[in-house]
Amino acid sequence: MLAKFSLRELLAGGIFVLAGAYFALEALNYEVGTAFRMGPGFMPLFLGAVLAALGIGVAASGWQKPDKEKPLPPSWRGIALIIGVVIFFGATIRGLGFVPVVFIGSFGSAMASRLNSPLFAALLAAGLTVLCTAIFVIGLGMTVPWFGPWLGQ
Amino acid sequence: MDIIGYLGLGFSVALDPINIFYCFIGVLLGTLVGVLPGIGPTATIAMLLPITFSLSPAAALIMLAGIYYGAQYGGSTTAILINLPGESSSAVTAIDGYQMAKKGRAGHALATAALGSFFAGTIGTLLLAFFAPPLARAALNFGAPEYFALIVLGLLVSIALAHGSILKALAMIVLGLLLGMVGQDIYTGTPRFTLGIRELYSGLNFVSVAVGIFGVAEILRNLENEKGRDVMVKSVKGLWLGKEEFKRIIAPVIRGTALGSILGILPGGGHILASFASYSAEKRLSKHPEEFGHGAIEGVAGPESANNAAAQTSFIPLMTLGIPAHPVMALMVGAFILQGITPGPNVINDQPALFWGIIASMWIGNLLLVLLNLPLIGLWVKMLSIPYRALFPAIVLFACIGCYSINQNIFDVFAIGFFGILGYVLIRLGCEPAPLLLGFVLGPLLEEHLRRAMIISRGDPMVFLERPISATLLGLALLAVIIAVLPSIRKKRKEVFVEED
Repeated sequence: MLAKFSLRELLAGGIFVLAGAYFALEALNYEVGTAFRMGPGFMPLFLGAVLAALGIGVAASGWQKPDKEKPLPPSWRGIALIIGVVIFFGATIRGLGFVPVVFIGSFGSAMASRLNSPLFAALLAAGLTVLCTAIFVIGLGMTVPWFGPWLGQ
Repeated sequence: MDIIGYLGLGFSVALDPINIFYCFIGVLLGTLVGVLPGIGPTATIAMLLPITFSLSPAAALIMLAGIYYGAQYGGSTTAILINLPGESSSAVTAIDGYQMAKKGRAGHALATAALGSFFAGTIGTLLLAFFAPPLARAALNFGAPEYFALIVLGLLVSIALAHGSILKALAMIVLGLLLGMVGQDIYTGTPRFTLGIRELYSGLNFVSVAVGIFGVAEILRNLENEKGRDVMVKSVKGLWLGKEEFKRIIAPVIRGTALGSILGILPGGGHILASFASYSAEKRLSKHPEEFGHGAIEGVAGPESANNAAAQTSFIPLMTLGIPAHPVMALMVGAFILQGITPGPNVINDQPALFWGIIASMWIGNLLLVLLNLPLIGLWVKMLSIPYRALFPAIVLFACIGCYSINQNIFDVFAIGFFGILGYVLIRLGCEPAPLLLGFVLGPLLEEHLRRAMIISRGDPMVFLERPISATLLGLALLAVIIAVLPSIRKKRKEVFVEED
């Protein structure tokens, strides 16, 4: 039975149903109000229900249309490194300061590509660090320390 | 003052050396991101938005506008030279443009694209100058029901432009609307969907959402399938068009401009639709339809003019009503707000120098673009040999730095990661991100106007149908959905988007 569904549509529909259900259920905690004086919960409750219904529709539209072609496998290395760099940036920008964070961040994201060698990534990171520091810190006067308190500065 | 006087005022602003400089930077950056596949104007403008904070309002908006229409020019260069649309709207240009390049007529194709775009840009700007003031005057009479209806129209028209499933596009809009509701309720101050996180009280940061789903998600997508690109044309010659070619492109350019100007005004944004529509119109009108797909110069002239005209006229709903027609315009709203200006019908009266300055700068920008794109074409060809693997790390870093610098808020940076993943998963599942962003921007406006309208009408929903303007707008919105689901149109849409692949 499941084999007759398109996995893509099923997953997409599932995400919409889950998101819709979350918003609608959470909205019940707020005052819903009346059509005349709508409370903060009115619109999210309504839209959440609509989203869940659309999600069911999306999932159902995949009935009897199993996926024909297999999608390319995701680049797990890319996802881990890119998202890792974003989180690293947020977590350390205050502590480590601009220069080290940008250097490590550029190196990490450059390594997300299988085609980049560590040497190329390091060169690219050095170049980007100079460029970003020149544009954002020197040029635009962004208020961020070059080297942060964690490095004893 | 009459229109000449206003345009004079505009040019006095736009010709200020500082503003010319930022206009130049804007179109230069726009051409660059347009030329480079994998980086679009949406992500670029989102990343640069924080930087504009330190500029004067006129300089900031002139530069951001320049990036947008500059990208339309740059995108065609990539389409013609390597058969990859640098920009989604130049996908059609690739069909015949690349064939022309293969036959050694790359110069002609590029010149056609640039001249067509310049003509269309000029006309589009003039239309903006003529139609914006009366529309803004009319919009001053708009009440909450009219605004509500207009936003609904904008959201629903955007479905017609999404690839693939209409249900998915609708769901993405609704998801965007819901995400837009995160934060404190405007009337009661109740925090909604904040998960107890204090940073979410003021809502999700718009730049984080835009950069995440347009920048990071796109990078993750590109990393799936890495390959070098091949620049076939190493040097471009023969940029001058002959008399024969001029004759062949005049009519398509004019038709493309007309089509693009009309479709561009539609809320929901029509520059992609405009180029597709112009291509099929030229193919149908041509005496030699068999040439299309094998290097017909008309197939370059029409769509290129159409997408550029649409790029200019899509500023009309933004400048007169404050309603963004598509994600890039939504970012422009963000830019206005960062400068402390609420975009809408009041801008033209309260800030005439800014309003007319932006319009005048568009004409100057278009002129700069012709100069940038034709004599300097060799530079852009070289740019194309920069591999993507050297570019995307810069995008990741710029995104983080830009987002962080707005509020010095690390939560905004984490949000990029979250929306990057969400965007990537949804794109993989065949859902277009553009409607989500549009919903996200318009969500708070939609809710505010709906609630206000219901208070005015004492809870009677008939108010939307009793007022002629809102009834008409809602009727058009319904029509847009009906047209989008009609079987014949669906088939056509499929054909159009297959050609793109």
